[in-house]
Amino acid sequence: MLAGTGPAREAALARLHEMLVRIARGEVGRRAPRLRLAGPELDDLAYQAAADALIAITGKLGQFRGESRFTTWAYKFVIFEVSAKIGRHFWRHPDVRLDAEDWDRLPDRFGFDPAHEAEWRDLLAALRRAVDDELTARQRRIFVAIVLNGVPLDALVIELPPTATRSTRRCSMPGVSCAPR
Amino acid sequence: MDGRPELDRFLRTDPRDVGCAQAMDILHIYAELASAGGPVEEQYPGIAAHLRACGPCGEDFDGLLAALRDQGPCGP
Repeated sequence: MLAGTGPAREAALARLHEMLVRIARGEVGRRAPRLRLAGPELDDLAYQAAADALIAITGKLGQFRGESRFTTWAYKFVIFEVSAKIGRHFWRHPDVRLDAEDWDRLPDRFGFDPAHEAEWRDLLAALRRAVDDELTARQRRIFVAIVLNGVPLDALVIELPPTATRSTRRCSMPGVSCAPR
Repeated sequence: MDGRPELDRFLRTDPRDVGCAQAMDILHIYAELASAGGPVEEQYPGIAAHLRACGPCGEDFDGLLAALRDQGPCGP
């Protein structure tokens, strides 16, 4: 029906859109506690994600291979659109500067036991030396943003200039195992 | 020492990891199988390795699972 024309197709698109909005609102709601988003902003984001997902789905109908339910395949587009929009939204209300460094956050982030402070301070000093001496400037910037400052990767890839090897939406972080195509 | 396993896990790459592109390509298949209680780790070890390692892909997987769960076993 979606591949057809006329009123039947329009009705099918309307039903699909309604479903996508429901999924988008659910996903935005699920992520909302970790974001500085509330009320109308959440709904806006959900509607935008659903609309863009609908365009992507109708443009790629020929790629659906029947290896899952159609709805599962369609939901995936919504989830990806919500991710992308949340990533862009981060930079409208950032909590941190991209280049600020706070190595003191690492013990909490890795759950280091205060009773073993001497040991993990040595470990962190070695890690910091490795980051300063072994990584390229770009890798270091990415490490600082993601590991020290907690910038979401989806947000970071929007902010950094593209590289020749960034053939997927998230592959620019040392230690993040993303094999390029 | 507390935290060392987490740091070690963060710094290592699982050689089976298939990467974002492949994971995103079949995330719907993986999620549907996972939601039905199927043997996803066995059938798709490379995807499983990637979802453990990649925060954004893992988050998307969690979102898709949640959507499938909310829609019920047979979907709309």
